[in-house]
Amino acid sequence: MNGNSMQESGVPFAFNDENLAEAKKIIAKYPEGRQQSAVMPLLDVAQRQNGGWLTRETMDYVADMLSMPPIAVYEVATFYTMYNHKPVGRFHVQVCTNLPCWLRGSDGIAAACKKATGLEWGQSDADGVFTLSEVECLGACVNAPMMQINDDYYEDLTPESAEAVLTALKNGETPKVGPQNARRSCEPVTGLTSLTGDSTNKEEGA
Amino acid sequence: MLRDQDRIFTNIYGMHDLSLAGAQSRGDWDGTAALVARGREKIIEQVKESGLRGRGGAGFSTGMKWSFMPKEVADRPHYLVINADEGEPGTCKDREIMRHEPHKLIEGALIASFSINAHAAYCYVRGEFRREAEALQRAVDACYDAGLLGKNAAGSGWDFDFYVHLGAGAYICGEESALIESLEGKKGQPRLKPPFPANVGLYGCPTTVNNVESIAVVPEILRRGSDWFAELGRPNNTGTKLFNISGHVNAPCTVEEEMGIPLKELIEKHAGGVRGGWDNLLGIIPGGASVPVLPRTICDTVLMDFDSLKEVQSGLGTAAIMVMDKSTDIVRAITRLSRFYKHESCGQCTPCREGTGWMWRVMERMCDGNARVEEIDVLQQVTKQVEGHTICALGDAAAWPIQGLLRHFRNDIEGRIAARQGTTPVRAAE
Repeated sequence: MNGNSMQESGVPFAFNDENLAEAKKIIAKYPEGRQQSAVMPLLDVAQRQNGGWLTRETMDYVADMLSMPPIAVYEVATFYTMYNHKPVGRFHVQVCTNLPCWLRGSDGIAAACKKATGLEWGQSDADGVFTLSEVECLGACVNAPMMQINDDYYEDLTPESAEAVLTALKNGETPKVGPQNARRSCEPVTGLTSLTGDSTNKEEGA
Repeated sequence: MLRDQDRIFTNIYGMHDLSLAGAQSRGDWDGTAALVARGREKIIEQVKESGLRGRGGAGFSTGMKWSFMPKEVADRPHYLVINADEGEPGTCKDREIMRHEPHKLIEGALIASFSINAHAAYCYVRGEFRREAEALQRAVDACYDAGLLGKNAAGSGWDFDFYVHLGAGAYICGEESALIESLEGKKGQPRLKPPFPANVGLYGCPTTVNNVESIAVVPEILRRGSDWFAELGRPNNTGTKLFNISGHVNAPCTVEEEMGIPLKELIEKHAGGVRGGWDNLLGIIPGGASVPVLPRTICDTVLMDFDSLKEVQSGLGTAAIMVMDKSTDIVRAITRLSRFYKHESCGQCTPCREGTGWMWRVMERMCDGNARVEEIDVLQQVTKQVEGHTICALGDAAAWPIQGLLRHFRNDIEGRIAARQGTTPVRAAE
């Protein structure tokens, strides 16, 4: 569970037009009378509109929209780790330290990120730029060590490349996402060992 | 080694055209209507004959699972739920399917849904895989535009909708009944079984929950024939499989190989070998964090399939291979996994909620040798009291890595305790 208790911000909340349309689209995915299924995606939309975290007002708004008791929404919002209950920076840096990343040097990545941001786990800086979190396995283990920043994965990190990503973001640049070495995705870095036939090894572009 | 022409996932690295047309040029959506026209009994029979066992970890026969669904639709609709909540540490195969081979998944979902009388499938993607879910959604949108989804999907005569649903960070939702709870908009806490999802699943309706990879290989099995798939691998362990090789290897990678390939061959052929050479190997976790670690002596010869790994008291699990060389603090490594399970326990069952935390704390002391030798046995007993005493398998998953450690590396822990106490251990550490 992320964060502390739920905070009332005193700021009323409602979806903007774009998100209201998005919410209706989401609710329509589920059968009549089963709109509670939309609670997680709607909390996500609310969190994004609210700058990355959920206030009591955002949860109450979602509860009202889905005709759910507010407590049922709070239960969901506090069970899943991706809902934040206190403000986060513009860049939420989440460093995986689970076994596959640890074996490939996540201790060094963690230290580099702490140094670059001046933060410890769970802290946000005063300028609202970075929040630093330690997280469990993010499912990119053959590209370890890695970190997630907002919606993107940065993989095959070294302490230097991790720091470079953070510096670039801080300077308003857009660093390359995905592997920070010569790889495209999850193929062996030393060259293909399969799918080397004529019909499959040509770069056709995505 | 598996020949390229026997590989199902020909774009697993995403090096080729990711569009619908690109996927079709590689054979996806080829004659789908004709596959559906074989009828549900025939399809289920062929999937059974192929020997396909679920690729999510448990290894249950996919065709058999489909056959458990009610034959006729009564008052409740049927559902297919696809488990894309890939969170088992070490595992990152479904991710590649969703972002690079989404059409295999969608086409497979149509065929599977037809076979179990479902008109809708929900694909539950772990929340962190936002980009993967977006890639999958783009493919879904393209399929709707091309008439491959929706009314009379792909000209099959079957109406079929495919929905992508994002989770929000909870390992436990990879457990099928927790996933269903979560999909219904609740906390992801596993349900007691029975009733099984085939009778009472999503919204109380008959539901089949399948892993992404299990579904994605179905169209190719049907097109090439169940014999083709069944002849790969070994009896009861057939077909091809995506392997994730991580940790101390020279070239970590994901690769599709034949079931039953020797572990050593797999690592040396595709992952560039163990860092520092095979002799520098300490141990391997062969199937995701939940399965027990194997020492080098077993890794020398073991085959990568369900039955071979079960024989050596481990498991194929998700086929996520974590390699540890001799520089690894193996007690620390397993302790990290214990911390993971403590973090992910949903808190519903006492043995798991209390046991995962207790085991982690004791493991932390074991790392430093800050324990008495008798406590090793107490730890072993506690793992046995957690295992099998919870609603879902998370308790087992937390117990097994520690059991594997104690089975093969007990003398390492004893050595640490002795070193701290300044005595000679009963059995010398290696």
